[in-house]
Amino acid sequence: MKEKIKRIAEEFRYFIKSLLDVMFVGGRWFYVWMSCLTVLALTGFAGYVIQIQEGLVVTNMREQVSWGFYISNFTFFVGVAAAAVLLVIPAYLYHFRAIKKITALGELLAVTAVSMAIMFVFVDLGRPDRVWHMTPFPGTLNFPGSILAWDMIVLNAYLFLNLIIAAYLGNRRYYGKEPKRRFIIPLILLSIPLAISVHTVTAFVYNGMAARPFWNASILAPRFLASAFCSGPALMIIIFQVLRKQMDFRIEDSAIFKLAEIIAYAMAINLFLMLAEIYKEYYSNTLHLSPMKYLYEGLHGHNELVPWIWTAIIFNVTGFILFLVPGTRKNFITLNIGCVLIITGIWIEKGMGLIIPGFIPDTLGEIYEYMPSVTEVMISAGILAAGAMIYTLLVRAVIALDTGRVRHPGTPLTFYDEDRL
Amino acid sequence: MKKRFSRRDFIKITAVGAGAAVIPGCSNTITWEEFFQTNFKEMSPQEIKHLLAGLEEKYTKEYGVKFTVKATPAREGVVFGYALDLSRCIGCRRCVYACVKENNPSRDVQIQWIRVLRMKKGEFNLEESEHYYDPDKVPEDGYFYVPVQCQQCENPPCVKACPVKATWKDPDGITVIDYNWCIGCRFCMAACPYRARKFNWTKPLIPKDEMNTDTHYLGNRPRMKGVVEKCTFCVQRSRDGRYPACVEACPVGARKFGNLLDKESEIRYILENFRTFRLKEDLNTQPKFFYFFSLGWG
Repeated sequence: MKEKIKRIAEEFRYFIKSLLDVMFVGGRWFYVWMSCLTVLALTGFAGYVIQIQEGLVVTNMREQVSWGFYISNFTFFVGVAAAAVLLVIPAYLYHFRAIKKITALGELLAVTAVSMAIMFVFVDLGRPDRVWHMTPFPGTLNFPGSILAWDMIVLNAYLFLNLIIAAYLGNRRYYGKEPKRRFIIPLILLSIPLAISVHTVTAFVYNGMAARPFWNASILAPRFLASAFCSGPALMIIIFQVLRKQMDFRIEDSAIFKLAEIIAYAMAINLFLMLAEIYKEYYSNTLHLSPMKYLYEGLHGHNELVPWIWTAIIFNVTGFILFLVPGTRKNFITLNIGCVLIITGIWIEKGMGLIIPGFIPDTLGEIYEYMPSVTEVMISAGILAAGAMIYTLLVRAVIALDTGRVRHPGTPLTFYDEDRL
Repeated sequence: MKKRFSRRDFIKITAVGAGAAVIPGCSNTITWEEFFQTNFKEMSPQEIKHLLAGLEEKYTKEYGVKFTVKATPAREGVVFGYALDLSRCIGCRRCVYACVKENNPSRDVQIQWIRVLRMKKGEFNLEESEHYYDPDKVPEDGYFYVPVQCQQCENPPCVKACPVKATWKDPDGITVIDYNWCIGCRFCMAACPYRARKFNWTKPLIPKDEMNTDTHYLGNRPRMKGVVEKCTFCVQRSRDGRYPACVEACPVGARKFGNLLDKESEIRYILENFRTFRLKEDLNTQPKFFYFFSLGWG
């Protein structure tokens, strides 16, 4: 008995040590990258300490615009998280092999993006010390009444489901065994509706408020999904190229081009839904047009968001054309330009461009123009850096497990032949 | 006799370890007992008594004046209603100042529960209204005034929005907030169609000599940084049979208040004999705050 415990402890120590070695030991660029992220994350943390001490008065949010940059970023990252499903569907339903290899990386991106989304909500809370009130016990979660309660539940469920899938797949690789299909396939299939519901429920948070005509349109949730299927894969295309260059990670061009093609379709739907929204408000021309007017052309001389949204539109349309034409889609220079354009475009459209006009004009008709304060930008950049750090470390672990650099001493290296360079 | 394992015990046990890292940063004045406090609606009468005594002591110490904190519950057979006579209102904002004096909102950053909108005669468009009118004399020619505060909806979107049940509608129709339970997510502010809800963006600042020390747990007791607050029809007064401060302060008698269930009340007389309307009726919030006109001109 004692012997057995000792052996297990020894094995566990070996596992942790080899994992930490691949996660934290790297080349020069790895250290430069991680140092920059650490500095950013610490700056953000310092900003948060100030915000805790002074209160949310250090942001530019006020009574009129009571949600701002944090909730904007929250919305964007929920979208990125939901898009991981895009890799899972073709991989497991249609057995598209090239994409199957990268599914785990997409799932890790989902884990990271959900973590970031949760961090963005957390820094937006006036009383973070009371966040435990959002549990059914010992707190008093308002379920099913409050859609925010639903959102908290699906976000956490999605986070843990993806963690379980990734951990299980990693565990099997470590011991050199094929994953048990009867166990993993149901979990993966479950992650598909959950990814869609994560984004739908987040859309419903805004959508359900009759007080805010800009959000109170049934097109909101479908548009959320369409735009998520643009930004998430665009981010993945860039990440995969970096990994391919920097680490022993193989991905075929065909998988990348397939993703770009999917983005083109999703962007087509997104732009169509945007036009449908614009038509409805402008043609009926009621007072509910005001927030949209503020966004696209300015209202009563207030127009701070106008350059933002037009940047987003130009970027999205350009990205769409680049990804629609096979020639530019399959050229890595134009492909990457397209990715950057689309990520930025959707970040504006699903962030500031969606949240802020909901509050302008406010419910009593006042206009208060909002732009994030320095502290808000600092804290948000800190969360971004923390997310990039989490992803970098997770990806290093997964790739090491995939290629057998971290493996159980009893697993033969030949098991990993297919995945090594 | 076996002691039941209560919610309170559970929180104490689990949070002692887990909470240690989080709490000290959040506020300089928060105590362990406050941190572990349960939702007001789930407290026993003993727990409430203990809580109120503790708060009285805390506020008395903090502000150097003697405080009373009560938690008078809603009276049976009472549902409060409010009516505002737009034909008499002169836009003097005395209601606003009386409310501030009564309800202990922050003076710096300024929080006011009542907003008076100035409208051009001939239209009723909130977007065209002026919130910051500042003439030498009111009323001004060509304008009328619309004071807006919490409309005490029968169907309140804010209550539905709250993820932690920190706000609810009491049986007398008043929507109240447990300031000790609110997590400050501000979803209720986004959901409110009347901009009734205000947030404490920083620690509220109130000069000691301006503090109203006759307070209610769900009403005008001092608030803390990071929580939402709003008009409660002066729950600390109305549940004791007094008028809200704004009703008393109005120099032209434009503000009427009473029990909607009492057939003899002034509010019922107004509803039965005048033409009334409510703000944003199309949202089906069903406010218990009515606007009416007693004069045909002026």
